[in-house]
Amino acid sequence: MIPAAFEYHRPQDMAGVLAVLEEHGDDARVMAGGHSLIPMMKLRMADVPHLIDLQDVGGLSDIAVDGASIRIGALVTQADIIDHQALAAAAPILREAALQIADPQVRYMGTVGGNVANGDPGNDMPGLMQCLDATFTLVGTGGERDVPARDFYEAAYMTAREDDEVLTAVTIPLPSGGYAYEKQKRKIGDYATAAAAVQITKSGGTCASAAIAMTNLSDTPIYSDAAGAALVGTTLDDAALKAAVAAMLNDIDPTEDNRGPIAFKKHVAGVILRRAIERAWSRA
Amino acid sequence: MKDEVDTREDRVANLKGMGCSRKRVEDARFTQGKGNYVDDIKLDGMLFGDFVRSPYAHARITSINTEAALKVPGVLAVLTAADLEPLGLHWMPTLAGDKQMVLADGKVLFQGQEVAFVVAEDRYAAADGIELVEVEYEELPVIVDPFEALQSDVVLREDLVGEDGSIPAGAHGPRKHHNHIFTWEAGDKAPTEEVIANAEVVAEESMYYHRTHPCPLETCGCVASMDKVNGKLTLWGTFQAPHAIRTVVSLISGIEEHNIRVISPDIGGGFGNKVGAYPGYVCSVVASIVTGKPVKWIEDRMDNLMTTAFARDYHMTGKISATKEGKITGLHCHVTADHGGFDACADPTKFPAGFMNICTGSYDIPTAFLEVDGVYTNKAPGGVSYRCSFRVTEAVYFIERMIEVLAIKLNMDAAELRRINFIKKEQFPYTAALGWEYDSGDYHTAWEKALTTVDYEGLRAEQAQRVEDFKAGKTRKLMGIGLSFFTEIVGAGPVKNCDILGLGMFDSCEIRIHPTGSAIARLGTISQGQGHATTFAQILASEIGLSADSITIEEGDTDTAPYGLGTYGSRSTPVAGAATAMAGRKIRAKAQMIAAYLLEVHDNDVEFDVDRFVVKGAPEKFKTMKEIAFAAYNQAIPGLEPGLEAVSYYDPPNMTYPFGAYVCVMDIDVDTGVPEIRRFYALDDCGTRINPMIIEGQVHGGLTEALAVALGQEIAYDDMGNVKTGTLMDFFLPTAWEVPNYETDFTVTPSPHHPIGAKGVGESPHVGGVPCFSNAVQDAFRPFGNTHTNMPHDHWRIWRTANELGLHD
Repeated sequence: MIPAAFEYHRPQDMAGVLAVLEEHGDDARVMAGGHSLIPMMKLRMADVPHLIDLQDVGGLSDIAVDGASIRIGALVTQADIIDHQALAAAAPILREAALQIADPQVRYMGTVGGNVANGDPGNDMPGLMQCLDATFTLVGTGGERDVPARDFYEAAYMTAREDDEVLTAVTIPLPSGGYAYEKQKRKIGDYATAAAAVQITKSGGTCASAAIAMTNLSDTPIYSDAAGAALVGTTLDDAALKAAVAAMLNDIDPTEDNRGPIAFKKHVAGVILRRAIERAWSRA
Repeated sequence: MKDEVDTREDRVANLKGMGCSRKRVEDARFTQGKGNYVDDIKLDGMLFGDFVRSPYAHARITSINTEAALKVPGVLAVLTAADLEPLGLHWMPTLAGDKQMVLADGKVLFQGQEVAFVVAEDRYAAADGIELVEVEYEELPVIVDPFEALQSDVVLREDLVGEDGSIPAGAHGPRKHHNHIFTWEAGDKAPTEEVIANAEVVAEESMYYHRTHPCPLETCGCVASMDKVNGKLTLWGTFQAPHAIRTVVSLISGIEEHNIRVISPDIGGGFGNKVGAYPGYVCSVVASIVTGKPVKWIEDRMDNLMTTAFARDYHMTGKISATKEGKITGLHCHVTADHGGFDACADPTKFPAGFMNICTGSYDIPTAFLEVDGVYTNKAPGGVSYRCSFRVTEAVYFIERMIEVLAIKLNMDAAELRRINFIKKEQFPYTAALGWEYDSGDYHTAWEKALTTVDYEGLRAEQAQRVEDFKAGKTRKLMGIGLSFFTEIVGAGPVKNCDILGLGMFDSCEIRIHPTGSAIARLGTISQGQGHATTFAQILASEIGLSADSITIEEGDTDTAPYGLGTYGSRSTPVAGAATAMAGRKIRAKAQMIAAYLLEVHDNDVEFDVDRFVVKGAPEKFKTMKEIAFAAYNQAIPGLEPGLEAVSYYDPPNMTYPFGAYVCVMDIDVDTGVPEIRRFYALDDCGTRINPMIIEGQVHGGLTEALAVALGQEIAYDDMGNVKTGTLMDFFLPTAWEVPNYETDFTVTPSPHHPIGAKGVGESPHVGGVPCFSNAVQDAFRPFGNTHTNMPHDHWRIWRTANELGLHD
């Protein structure tokens, strides 16, 4: 559990970060909290000759909530998310999800930016950000660009981010309606057996909009457009819930691991989604 | 003088002797991060060694090239079997009478096996060196199933087959097949088979107690330092039995025992993982001899889980017979025991399946037979007693499941079935059908107390209502009531039948009283978190009348401590605790003579009273133990040598038999397979209670490890022999979040043969807890036709049970 030798860089600003990235290409990786990258380096599954620590780069640790959107800097930790009152009022699903990530020690170090940028299908924030239709800001030597979370993930650890880009912020349109983040895991610190992020708005007695994303049930997070669509216009009766679950099951592609075989995971995904929808609806 | 105003009650309280919840004296350093563990030891010029390990479970090694590794800056040496062979150290004896490769000798038998030992100036250079050792493997067919092993033509251990293909006998008798290790029997075969064949009711079940691992917080490790000037080897390590390690090192290295000093510093949990001898110890010693420098070896978590000392892996098949009324008449048990690539089980020599023959449990079963077949497979060696006496958790799990299965067959309440079959109080000492003599017990009293406390009848009524609600679609949660009643067998043990590698399993205590009335006591055991420095001082305080706060307890340094067999199998209190009491009584006997001299009366005219000797009938005439201690050194007493010291080596006349009654109430989400423990009640009878607070801590810890094993903790292999659960991501180690609130309770039935009546408690909660958690899961599904499902009851396996019973849409 000892990583191969690496150079440690600690630039003071983003220009410094980009300079190292430009010089070393995919031999360099940026690190925020390090909770995904360092274990992979210690297992020698990730070879990172140049490690760039973002901790001294200013301006990446702010949470800003205004009338239309929320902006979360890449170095904001899970603990920051939990503690931020204005954020909890504006988007309570963030706190509900963050409280289900690992344990307090990890949450003091683990960041939102690292969680969404690493592309680990087990991470909770990517699916959550897809549900909330967030946008990721990427900064590279060629400038800055925004990529929707729903377009960001390509495969396990493969994302739309280029090797010389740094994910600096997450922007979320202010959510409305009811919400739920439901997660089944074997124990504290485990990835989800299945997790569902649901955000629902209600108009009259019927569902006006629904966004649904699933975690750790494919090699990327799964935003299930069809599952959400199955709820819109319904009163969320049993038939609608069944249709949403069926649509979601059509979109996911779980694999067998120590948590269980595919049939089990699909069944649990359905149960978890149903519970998330019911809880979100009760809050809508 | 304050003493004169102290009441007798005050004097008893000041002693902090047996029965009081004295705070642990160890915790001042542990809670401040001031413990001194093996990895805290840093010596001048110390080197670091680590292993190249096999990625394959079964392969021939065709070449090992160390050139590139030796070029890594800081790498000093790479040892292979070829380097150890001239010293005769490429193989080493195991505790089970087998031998084990120290470094791969031409082939590997399990994933993670030690292939080469890289010695470097620091652990970083060692890790880089490991990457560059080039090993060429030729893969061989892998066998991870012991039943397949017994049918297979594939020979796992060529060293144990004659050149003519014959299969020589092993350490425990004839072998039936080249992958077979031993057959061990207890009880009467023919009468048992006859009773079962003619019985009114017979229940049969096959169960697999899965492979798991003790996983102490601190992994195994050592520091070896050979002083070439004085020829003395010092070996610090995570040893649960430091003296035994010294003797073994002496026997295999040829270094005389007086030139070896073994030190166990603070140990961060053992649970059986640190009983055995591992290749890392041998390689560190050799590397220190070769380099002339101290060499440290410390496992990382994956090394620990994958290679040192697994536990369980017993495939058990049972038949239990009874009358229609539920009186048990016979028990038959067969075990196929998966021992991995080498037989390195840590059991007393004459017991290759440990004390599995305690499998008649707490019940008066007149006829029984047990047969165990040990088998080689391509898995890691070990087979230690993880928080239990030797294989007792397997035995108790077996009988407590068989009782439940029989209750289902009889359509009888499982609590009642236990009640009518318990050994009765008046039957003790009780000789069981498989040979053990149970020392004392009062099972009915404990059982009724447990059932009354949890309102057992009320729970059953609630459960019945829940089943109705479930069937009516009002709930998706089932309720399980887990019962277990266990009898442990601990305190190994009487030298006449208990030894390890020929070393008798007595234990020892040596006491030296200082002139001012404080003391130091040294023992042959070693605490790994049990709180010996606290509890042994309490035993002594009550025996010799000096405050526990004035008594230092020291263990773990073979240069200073008396010889003993160490700490595992809940043997410290039953054996070393007895030695402590007996040594204390020798002190007291001499103190009595000194007191009588000082008080100018006959020896028989003084009596011991808490912290002093008083003249009978004249309590105002006394000498305190402090005064006596001073006089022992500083006053010429006719007929007595100066000083006040004693030593006792205690060979116990019998094992001790703690017991307990546990009840678990669990709700199970049928749709997700998630269990929720609503209540856990644990009544323990460990005989005389030395420190109730430490007992409670032990019970909490043992139950938590039981929860882990029952609900998810396993070492799982795929068909290629790859370990699937080699990190804490997949190996279940419960945190505070997963652990329920435990209710603890007790009865006290002292051991009649132990000097203070204590029986040991550290392992009871694990032994009783595993079947209790498992029975709760299985009981929830009983109304729907479940008889038995195997542990671990993780989410998906519970879900599978529900699914197979048709409980999903």
